[in-house]
Amino acid sequence: MQATHYIAAAEFCSSHQVELTFIHELQQNDLLELSAEGQELLISEEQISVLEKIVRLHFDLEINLEGIAAILPLLERVESLQREMTALRNKLGRYEDI
Amino acid sequence: MEFIDYYKILGLDKNASQEDIRKAYRKLARKHHPDLNPNDAEAHRRFQQINEANEVLGDPEKRKKYDQYGKDWQHADQFEKAGQGQGPQQPFGSGGQQFYTEGFEEGFASDFFESLFGHATGSRSRRTGRFRGQDYEAGLQLNLTDAYITHQQTLTVNGKNIRITIPAGIENGQKIRLKGHGAPGVNGGPSGDLYITFSIHNNTAFRRSGDDLHTTLTIDLYTALLGGEVTADTLAGKVKLKIKPETQNDTRIRLKGKGFPVYKKEGEYGDLYLTIQVQLPTNLTSQQKDLFTQLSKM
Repeated sequence: MQATHYIAAAEFCSSHQVELTFIHELQQNDLLELSAEGQELLISEEQISVLEKIVRLHFDLEINLEGIAAILPLLERVESLQREMTALRNKLGRYEDI
Repeated sequence: MEFIDYYKILGLDKNASQEDIRKAYRKLARKHHPDLNPNDAEAHRRFQQINEANEVLGDPEKRKKYDQYGKDWQHADQFEKAGQGQGPQQPFGSGGQQFYTEGFEEGFASDFFESLFGHATGSRSRRTGRFRGQDYEAGLQLNLTDAYITHQQTLTVNGKNIRITIPAGIENGQKIRLKGHGAPGVNGGPSGDLYITFSIHNNTAFRRSGDDLHTTLTIDLYTALLGGEVTADTLAGKVKLKIKPETQNDTRIRLKGKGFPVYKKEGEYGDLYLTIQVQLPTNLTSQQKDLFTQLSKM
């Protein structure tokens, strides 16, 4: 079984210059899953890259949370299609080699 | 060094208002932002240009300087001579190739930009202070036999040696992310990531289809007719297998677990498919011909 690593939400906020209320807002909008240990809110390692992406989309591009909620699943779909395309290209390459 | 027309990049003319610039930047940034264009190097490059154009035109002071000197870039030598002794902020330093880096928040400046304004800091970001380092993209070519086993390789990325473990079963075109191996962050911000795209060159007689391997196995006519034991090559070495009597040409034999390793699933392998190719004898002796004639008449 693989261990899950966590980072304190407060530490993330300090490092990325965002308010803790923003993290709460993401949680309320089902954009982020948080864990807790006592009073301390924790973010899992796998959620960090998603959270960093949300921070960039929200603060750099001024996309509101509703927009981000729509964008994230579409991006997942794009990446899944890109993976599928790579697999199909490899398959096609095999026939072209014959 | 090539002159960069920041107005053209943002699709504006020189009379554009600051509000026009803000709107054009916002529109183009949303279109080309790396987060919204995964694995699209051209979008990343465009985004760097847009960012740089906004860094200059979005700041009235920088825009003024750009408007003043930018159009006269061809006379850089005269400016340099006139500006000697004025410190590092001289417009137009020495030449160099136009260069856009891959990052977003920091390090996005071309040589043209830096010659005019010094090192870019990403100061127009709303979140001032710490910035994540830029992501690096790298390509790595492997032979199929290298991709068959988990192994370590040392890569040199931007002058730094990085030792990475490449898991067995990696696919051609697959991209892996090495967190924190990009450029260092600014002011204590997190480092960027390193993305490596693998290009797998097939140096074997096997065709790979996902985790399965395919190849042909040539047997002689007598083994095909009477059956027998033959040796077949696999990527892990040679194996012995029995051929049933009266095996037809193009018969497919599956060797379970003798294919390619399943990515990140230790001990799991795909299958190896052997397509039988029967080789007919040539240069028959007269005795062999007689015997075949007898057979054909039976």
